[in-house]
Amino acid sequence: MPAVSKGDGMRGLAVFISDIRNCKSKEAEIKRINKELANIRSKFKGDKALDGYSKKKYVCKLLFIFLLGHDIDFGHMEAVNLLSSNKYTEKQIGYLFISVLVNSNSDLIRLINNGIKNDLASRNPTHMNLSLHCIANVGSREMAEAFAADIPRILVAGDTMDSVKQSAALCLLRLNRTSPDLVPMGEWTARVVHLLNDQHLGVVTSATSLITTLAQKSPDDFKTSVSLAIARLSRIVTSASIDLQDYTYYFVAAPWLSVKLLRLLQCYPPPEDGALRGRLTECLETILNKAQEPPKSKKVQHSNAKNAVLFEAIALIIHHDSEPTLLVRACNQLGQFLQHRETNLRYLALESMCTLASSEFSHEAVKTHIDTVINALKTERDVSVRQRAVDLLYAMCDRSNAKQIVAEMLSYLETADYSIREEIVLKVAVLAEKYAVDYTWYVDTILNLIRVAGDQVSEEVWYRVIQIVINRDDVQGYAAKTVFEALQAPACHENLVKVGGYILGEFGNLIAGDSRSSPLVQFKLLHSKFHLCSVPTRALLLSAYIKFINLFPEVKATIQEVLRSDSQLRNADVELQQRAVEYLRLSTIASTDILATVLEEMPPFPERESSILAKLKRRKSPGNQPGAEEARQERERERERERERSLNGSAEHKEGGAAAAAAKTSLYPSADLLGPTGPPPSTGGSLLVDVFSDSLQAGPAPLDLAPPNTSVSEDNFSRFICKNNGVLFENQLLQIGLKSEYRQNLGRIYVFFGNKTSTQFLDFSSTLNVHTKPADPTIDAGAQLQQILNIECLEDFTPAPVLDIQFRYGGTLQNFGVMLPVMLNKFFQPTEMEAQDFFQRWKQLGAPQQEVQKIFKAKHPMDTEVTKAKIMGFGTALLDGVDPNPTNFVGAGVIHTKNTQVGCLLRLEPNTQAQMYRLTLRTSRDTVSQRLSDLLSEQF
Amino acid sequence: MMQFLLLFSRQGRLRLQKWFTPTPEREKKKIIRDMTAMVLARKPKTCNFLHWMDLKVVYKRYASLFFCLAIDDQENELLALEILHRYVELLDKYFGNVCELDIIFNFEKAYFILDEFLIGGEVQETSKQTVARCIEASDMLQETMEEYMSKPAF
Repeated sequence: MPAVSKGDGMRGLAVFISDIRNCKSKEAEIKRINKELANIRSKFKGDKALDGYSKKKYVCKLLFIFLLGHDIDFGHMEAVNLLSSNKYTEKQIGYLFISVLVNSNSDLIRLINNGIKNDLASRNPTHMNLSLHCIANVGSREMAEAFAADIPRILVAGDTMDSVKQSAALCLLRLNRTSPDLVPMGEWTARVVHLLNDQHLGVVTSATSLITTLAQKSPDDFKTSVSLAIARLSRIVTSASIDLQDYTYYFVAAPWLSVKLLRLLQCYPPPEDGALRGRLTECLETILNKAQEPPKSKKVQHSNAKNAVLFEAIALIIHHDSEPTLLVRACNQLGQFLQHRETNLRYLALESMCTLASSEFSHEAVKTHIDTVINALKTERDVSVRQRAVDLLYAMCDRSNAKQIVAEMLSYLETADYSIREEIVLKVAVLAEKYAVDYTWYVDTILNLIRVAGDQVSEEVWYRVIQIVINRDDVQGYAAKTVFEALQAPACHENLVKVGGYILGEFGNLIAGDSRSSPLVQFKLLHSKFHLCSVPTRALLLSAYIKFINLFPEVKATIQEVLRSDSQLRNADVELQQRAVEYLRLSTIASTDILATVLEEMPPFPERESSILAKLKRRKSPGNQPGAEEARQERERERERERERSLNGSAEHKEGGAAAAAAKTSLYPSADLLGPTGPPPSTGGSLLVDVFSDSLQAGPAPLDLAPPNTSVSEDNFSRFICKNNGVLFENQLLQIGLKSEYRQNLGRIYVFFGNKTSTQFLDFSSTLNVHTKPADPTIDAGAQLQQILNIECLEDFTPAPVLDIQFRYGGTLQNFGVMLPVMLNKFFQPTEMEAQDFFQRWKQLGAPQQEVQKIFKAKHPMDTEVTKAKIMGFGTALLDGVDPNPTNFVGAGVIHTKNTQVGCLLRLEPNTQAQMYRLTLRTSRDTVSQRLSDLLSEQF
Repeated sequence: MMQFLLLFSRQGRLRLQKWFTPTPEREKKKIIRDMTAMVLARKPKTCNFLHWMDLKVVYKRYASLFFCLAIDDQENELLALEILHRYVELLDKYFGNVCELDIIFNFEKAYFILDEFLIGGEVQETSKQTVARCIEASDMLQETMEEYMSKPAF
């Protein structure tokens, strides 16, 4: 490096930094800093104007102090001043200070924007780059508003320097992430895709990042990028002769670009075009082949870069999930890595195999590595690698290897790190349930789980084991015997006491024949744990005792005595006291018949998704890459559903027992074993309701019986464009009326369903593809039912929501959809303005895509007053005296959505002679202009 | 994309911080604390990757400094490791055998080099020569040594 590079060093800054480093204590450092801050403050406030150099030096010192972890509350203004300096270094320091210190909601943004604007327009590439970096670093909304229109232009302009293009692409990407609504697609999008063909690999790399993110959001707009990406990738990967100069990294050709291209391809399904597909397969095969070649360098950088490409290629193969040979090859490759001496590769291989395990083509191939993975669990020294091994075992588990995997996980759990125990517990619980053929094995596994890691066993896990034991009578005796034995241990976990109490309370009778577990022995065993337990567990035990009174009349006296003791009847805890009082009373006054009914065995629980699984899913971070991740998750879900179906095939609903269940369930604290997915734990009364509604849903789904013609009616739809009330739909049976009101981005629609027949409609439902309050299921003959829909406009939209209506009329099922007249223009607020303002704004909205113009023939008589009423009904203000031609109509308004407001101007020019109209709409967003034009032009 | 990059010493002293998404100061301090504690606690010869919240953390030690980069879940870990390496190479090329002191005394340069290499949490330019050329070019724009020496130190 030339000497000049360090020659710019600010001596004052260097002196200050060494002073700080020489400070012997924190106090001394703070003292020195405060002295410096006072000095800088006085300089900034002084009468003498500071020269650029001093300003830069002081701003730099402030930056250093800030980076040491101290707060800085001044100097921002000086930094902003530096932006407009014509000396590069001063400008640079100004930008650095702003990037590091200014948060996105600062009130200085306006001034900063000014500086940026000048640099962006300067056509000096270094200055342009500085300003683009600053926009990307701060990325605030105001900046996006100010520059979102300029950057695409810079990006695709023919005369932009390569380095500026790169910055512009990534800057645009940043703005798209923070304020996607401000970066609308436009004609630039097509040209961005062609940057994939650019000569300069740096430009291609940046552009690929941008395109990938945009393609994830709107795949259709960037479809053409697939073939370009494959061509580019193929040129990098398969041709050995090409010289990539400095883009070759440790003998690997353009690893960053390759990985980005492979990532871009993961936004799409495999190409349908055969040739293209062949070319891609060839690329992927070449990458896999290269992994087998001897390394070209011993440096870790070489193998890292090479394997980075390999892993990304495997990710793409898994994403496509369509070429069995490639999948199996990928799996074999990862298998090799499982035994690699590099810890990093073992880690990544385990991680990558997890996703491979969910493909039907490679699941079996993954399973062959089970011993290696189990070995990793036992021998890896690094906890993060062991964690990945647990994940993989979970993913590769199926009926054939479940016993082995669960056993290994349980034995690992004994020594596992605390950080990952809870997750392992959940996984074991899920697997044990999913693959249980023999439910005694399931019960053993969960009890073992509680023994080994009782503290990590969450409520969901022990709720679930009880749920399953209650639903399966073949395992109840075994469960009672096993918990009884487990409770013999001198020290057992409280969770075991809970499970034990519940199960013996229900099924203790099944083992009472053996004198070693006679009723009295069972009771004494449970009660010996009572005093060591927390209040909720004690409450549960009290319920178990009252169940004992019903099961075993011979221990009634003993139990009543316990309930009667002061420590129960006068317990400080109100729940325990109440239970003791009520149970004692119940046992004394109720006849055996009543006792037997009230305390009858629990009926089976309705089968729903395991709450453990839900919890495990919550723990996993939500992957937010829409394409690849979701497809994978969907496959995973499908597989799970399949397994569950085969497992729960025998689960039956005993509807008759449901009412009794309600009464009894409330005896147990938090008896809702279904966890968060179940009904809210509550009194018997509301549970009854829930059981009722549940059975309704469980009944045969009316949809299945319906003929598959669910036509959507939109007859009267267009009538509602300029008005809010009226009849939306009518046939021989049903009339649907609407009353709606809108304010800004919110709306409320009252829907009235009128039964025109003389028969009652049954099973009536009207649902929207969004949330609605369910309508009453019956409509009496000749009666009307009202449903209220609350609407919020989140962003501009075109398709209208569809109201799905179903009911039974005299035994036949009626099913149809009605398009709800919720259109974009409903969220208009009219804006009054003067002619001068109007034309100024009209000019501002002059970009070609902002304007939509339509010429059409009049469908109705051309009446001025009617037209005026329609424009006002459409939602805009009607502006008089704006257009020089008095026969023209001019309107203005603002569309409110949750996040943005879109200003709209419209002009309608009638030509009575030709019976034609010309409608022009200008808004700040092209989609809005188009939609409004489509809506309004239908009206005249 | 990348979320943040931290450089800290073996004693846990922060030497450089770069945030690619707006993060409140309080949050930053917490993350820095978590990261230093987590990375410094790792034993030698363990792998260079960690899961943290919903991010992947990739770290590597160069002499007395830890380089620690947090990336999104779907990013490529190995390549992230090479991003760190490329940054070290760039620093090395600029300072000539870079050491922790170079980064302390010329922190602004370390930032400028980083900005040429990464932007908005994505790699901008992977060519070492191109980045070095950019830095060199901007250095040439600076005033001469003499100009600076004539200025007062305070």
